[in-house]
Amino acid sequence: MTPAIEVARLTRRFKTFAAVDNISFEVNAGEVFGFLGPNGAGKTTTVRMLCTLIRPNSGTARVAGYDVARQQNDVRRSIGIIFQDASLDDRLTARENLRFHAMIYKVPRTEVNERISRALEWMELADRARDLVRNFSGGMKRRLEIARGLLHAPRVLFLDEPTLGLDPQTRSRIWERLLALRQEHGMTLFLTTHYMDEAENCYRIAIIDHGRIIALDTPAKLKAQVQGDLVRLETVDDAAAEAEVKQRYGVEVVRDATGIHFEVENGAAFVPGLLRELPVAVRTVSVRPPTLEDVFLKMTGREIRDDEASNHEKLKGRLKRMGRAWR
Amino acid sequence: MIDLACIRMVWERDVIRYFREKSQLYGSLTRPVLWLFVLGMGLRGSAGQIGDVNYTQFIFPGIIAMTAIFTSIQSAISIIWDREFGFLKEILVAPVPRTSIVIGKGLAGTTLSLIQGCIIILLAPLVHVRIALANIVPLIIVLALLSFGLTGIGIVIAARMTSFQGFGTIMNFIIMPMWFLSGALFPAKNLPIWLNVLVRLNPLTYGVDLVRKLVLGFSYHSPVFDFVFLVGFGVLTTAAAVFFFNRGEY
Repeated sequence: MTPAIEVARLTRRFKTFAAVDNISFEVNAGEVFGFLGPNGAGKTTTVRMLCTLIRPNSGTARVAGYDVARQQNDVRRSIGIIFQDASLDDRLTARENLRFHAMIYKVPRTEVNERISRALEWMELADRARDLVRNFSGGMKRRLEIARGLLHAPRVLFLDEPTLGLDPQTRSRIWERLLALRQEHGMTLFLTTHYMDEAENCYRIAIIDHGRIIALDTPAKLKAQVQGDLVRLETVDDAAAEAEVKQRYGVEVVRDATGIHFEVENGAAFVPGLLRELPVAVRTVSVRPPTLEDVFLKMTGREIRDDEASNHEKLKGRLKRMGRAWR
Repeated sequence: MIDLACIRMVWERDVIRYFREKSQLYGSLTRPVLWLFVLGMGLRGSAGQIGDVNYTQFIFPGIIAMTAIFTSIQSAISIIWDREFGFLKEILVAPVPRTSIVIGKGLAGTTLSLIQGCIIILLAPLVHVRIALANIVPLIIVLALLSFGLTGIGIVIAARMTSFQGFGTIMNFIIMPMWFLSGALFPAKNLPIWLNVLVRLNPLTYGVDLVRKLVLGFSYHSPVFDFVFLVGFGVLTTAAAVFFFNRGEY
């Protein structure tokens, strides 16, 4: 079976800045593959190249077996995309948005109505089909976009930050649906995210930072790179506790504003002994298995932060509102 | 190149939106009415007769043309909003040739422009202009041709512009000058040389001239020349629109 996505030495520069820098990876057919990284790491640029919206400067990429630079139309026929920003026409109804999508993707006329109804039902929007999209909430818009992306039964579905800004409940519901649909249709899902829990849905994850892939593996194996569990302590004297733990157990300790934390192999078995031997009074203690967040932290020395909207985005939002008023 | 489903989709979407947004319809009718009745009536006394017609009647063809200019360029420029609000991406990643998107947009602009133009034509009796019945169909064809060409200009602008902050700029630097220099508001006779040159270089001049021929029965250039020029203009701007729209990255 041909891989769903094959990328070799792909590079895209904006002026002199390399947004995507010589990356290579493969995604198997039917896989759920994730790009994990902070804002500006090059995730969206990669997706835009794979979706034929922008051309690579060098390297090659094939999606569903077609070259993204030379067989654009074949690529476009094979993929569905859920963009990071809204791409619905909010002056149209939900059904109209889907109908127009079916039109340009050449969904057979006899199937259009049935497919639209089914897609709306999947995403629990059937009762809002005739409402203008401008009256929808953020979560509803997202669901409608997913319904639209699925309408032409794509082989590869791209999801660029599919649940950005949604509440956790909506997020997990959307994921439930997506995974069920993938199961049913054998689609390949390619997603970008900076939510760790979302990345956990993937079979494999590429961690991307500054335009480069710094790790690529299953979530379990990536987490195995962090030794054992994470123990976190709040004590009456963190500095003393830090020194004591370092000296006694020979582990690397990180101290921050609220306490200290460090990795040990079997956290649950380790803590009782620690509490007995530590001369500093402990206020709270917690033990947890490592998350992808810890992996990212370990590899880059930085945290994936859900930054506030940058100034540029704020400005853009304001202009959009102005534009809306103007229209 | 020609994808009928895509052309229809782009066209139908614009038409649905047009009828849904009544404010756009009313707003774009206010402008010609103001020009025709306020400016036209106001200047009628001092402008005197121009040939056989008074000033209000003289500018009537120009007002029809103006409606076409504003409506078609505005319609094409909605691409900028589509880009800003994201819908353009939805069309651009679809397996459709971009040329068809341009054609759909052109036809949509033409349709809306004809609707608005026809409303203005219905005002003819109010300024005592009698349009020969046989001229109605040619008039609509000419307006369609002019509008399609102008939509092309609008698409080129939209493809080149990165934000809609520039919309006022387009108004001030392209639409208004073109319309003022089209001979719609004054007869293109006895003008200073620089003005005459600008008027003659303006493609709109020939559109307005042809509309005037069909509405008032006289023109400053040969109608055949006007028509050929208009066709050439349409072909050229459509080609430019396709070129720039294809080249852009989004």
